[in-house]
Amino acid sequence: MNSESQVRPYPHRRSVLKTAVTAAVAAPLLSGCVTAGGKKETASAGAAKTADNPLGVKADSPLEVVVFKGGYGDDYATRAEARYAARYPKAKLDHKGLQKVGEAMQPRFVAGNPPDVVDNTGAGRLDIATLVSADQVSDLAELLDAPALDNPGQKLRETLLPGVVDDGTFGGKAVALNFTYTVWGIWYSKPFFEQRGWSYPQTWDDMVALCATIKKSGVAPWTYQGKYPEYLNDPLLSMAAKIGGPDLVTAVDNLEPGAWRADGLAQAAAAFAELAGKGYIMSGSEALSHTEAQAAWCQKKAAFIPCGSWLESEQKGVAPAGFDMVMSPVPSRGNDRLPFTAVEAASSESFVVPSKAKNPQGGMEYLRILFSRASATAFAQANNTLPAVAGATDGLTLSSGLGSVRDAITAAGRDTFVYRFRTWYAPLAKAVDDATGELVNKRLNPADWATRIQKAADALAKDSSVTKYTR
Amino acid sequence: MKYGRRRFLLGALVPALALHVVFVLSPYAQSFYLSLTDWNGVAGDAHYVGAGNYARLGGDSLFLDAVRNNAVMLAVVPLVTIAIGLFLAGMLHRGGRGLAGGRAYQIVYFFPQLLSLVVIGVLWGFVYSPNTGLINSGLRAVGLGSFARSWLAEPSLALIAVMAVLIWSSVGFYVVLFSAAIEAIPRDLFEAATLDGAGGWTTFRRVTLPLVRESVQVAFVYLGIAALDGFAVVQVMTVGPGGPDGATEVIGLSLYRTAFGYAKFGYASAMGVALFFATLTLAVLALRAGRKERVELA
Repeated sequence: MNSESQVRPYPHRRSVLKTAVTAAVAAPLLSGCVTAGGKKETASAGAAKTADNPLGVKADSPLEVVVFKGGYGDDYATRAEARYAARYPKAKLDHKGLQKVGEAMQPRFVAGNPPDVVDNTGAGRLDIATLVSADQVSDLAELLDAPALDNPGQKLRETLLPGVVDDGTFGGKAVALNFTYTVWGIWYSKPFFEQRGWSYPQTWDDMVALCATIKKSGVAPWTYQGKYPEYLNDPLLSMAAKIGGPDLVTAVDNLEPGAWRADGLAQAAAAFAELAGKGYIMSGSEALSHTEAQAAWCQKKAAFIPCGSWLESEQKGVAPAGFDMVMSPVPSRGNDRLPFTAVEAASSESFVVPSKAKNPQGGMEYLRILFSRASATAFAQANNTLPAVAGATDGLTLSSGLGSVRDAITAAGRDTFVYRFRTWYAPLAKAVDDATGELVNKRLNPADWATRIQKAADALAKDSSVTKYTR
Repeated sequence: MKYGRRRFLLGALVPALALHVVFVLSPYAQSFYLSLTDWNGVAGDAHYVGAGNYARLGGDSLFLDAVRNNAVMLAVVPLVTIAIGLFLAGMLHRGGRGLAGGRAYQIVYFFPQLLSLVVIGVLWGFVYSPNTGLINSGLRAVGLGSFARSWLAEPSLALIAVMAVLIWSSVGFYVVLFSAAIEAIPRDLFEAATLDGAGGWTTFRRVTLPLVRESVQVAFVYLGIAALDGFAVVQVMTVGPGGPDGATEVIGLSLYRTAFGYAKFGYASAMGVALFFATLTLAVLALRAGRKERVELA
């Protein structure tokens, strides 16, 4: 038997090299393929604008709607389409409910034949800042200034919750309209707290004192979704925003020099380092996924968990009956510039009208229907989630979690805030997440936490290849 | 006759070659080109930026973490996997004789190979879970609770935990591969060694090992490529993913995040091209190292 005669199961050295050379030579020849889309002018000639048709929709233009079919399904979108069809019976409608919107839409944006409305949401969504810098999305100012469908006395922009228009504004242009409204805070089980005689602390000193009591009773005071440290960033950055006020948030978002060394951020980082230092975070939290951490919290192994307002619907079937979770704002540190009731709130489920759409007027009209009060109320009822339209939940009976979220928004009034750097500069968000993960695992002290993030922010500010935004 | 044969050969080869060019070579070529541009994944055009993307790689601390981790994996995973694989295969064929039930062992060892890497990542994520995971629960059950750790959340342990999964998932395949190679060795060689008074270890070192060299070399190339990857397991299982704080970052994950998270397809392509050349170099070195004399069996 001769081992030489065995067939080689791997490529020969020469053949590998030859292939590499061929590939390198062929590169310029094939280089046109990926980006061969080129530029195309849109045929956006609409019809005349009337009171009944304020956006000048051409009645017979077909409309293609692409929606993210995730936790909320896509019934709410088809309902709005039905209403569009009733208004424009001659228009041919094409609906697509997708899970991987980004994957499916990327080649269509590149090729210059995108649909008329895209719900750019879900894992793998296209980076909105990139879409804006590639000039792929339309300015929605015309839509925002059009009369609201159910209430022609008001412009559409006046019917939205605070911050919704800003959330979709990039470089002074409103390019995305977000349909759901998310509020971040700290969650606990109301009956569990009443039974133990604990009450939610309004200041951080009270929080630390309560944590000592909770720990003594054998329950871990806090847990968090350790596998994804951004969950703990939300209360930390919220606390900083309350201490430093809107100026701190703006400075951070505008990548101002030394923004991360602000006193508010230092105090907030110190507060969460203290939480970890005193052993008030459930051991093992640092390696738990969001489902594992939230399940442990529902089993009353921990008292508090930070999360956005989606938590209640996410824990459906996990939270035991009578758990009745509620959300409260992050406690104040002391002499804050914003009141205790201030909350971090932002809209999501981001609808855009591509700039190369064939029927952009129809796309905007569709959004006008989707953002009507009737459509938003139906959505809230079906999905236990706040829509971005003000007053959409008025008169509805809400579950304990959603009720507490609505109360929090009402109490906050105009005192809502949101950091934009997460959507503007994803690499900076990653740097902050990593640093916070290290901070609450006692491998980084608050001063080094600030230094590290400031370094990342400075590097980003200097990087000329990144499109910058200011607010 | 001759003409007909040529036509037959062409007819058989051309479709396969065309598919290879369209689906293998052209994506490679395109990524070479894209790595020299600032393409963001959605724009219809890309601007040429020269070697700018490659210059950036050297200053990207997360990418350097990834290179360091892949280097560690490259040093550890192939060596340990092959050592365990050879040991198990050797034990199954001690002295050239088959072990009773050896086949059954081989099938059991092969099981992890049947699972997709994503499933393996999810399962091991549960095994490593700090409070309810199999490892820590087991340690606590036998009174060794003080050894329980947050396996995936401690920077000093996370990469080791990832490498253990990679080794676990590939050992079975190499046991089967090496078993086949050992079975191909003529029995009389083992008998001669035994007659000469060689013990189990000497037989393995002097007879078995030199005669399965080719297979071991192949295993090094394959495992080396696998160690330069590791994306699936890291993405599914680790904190962050890639954490804590870059402790389990791998080049594939950096590439994926840069392209699909940060929409920097040009820069991500540069990472891909760098990885391509690293893999190519590895394959060439491994094959060159094994170009020494081969044992001729009569």
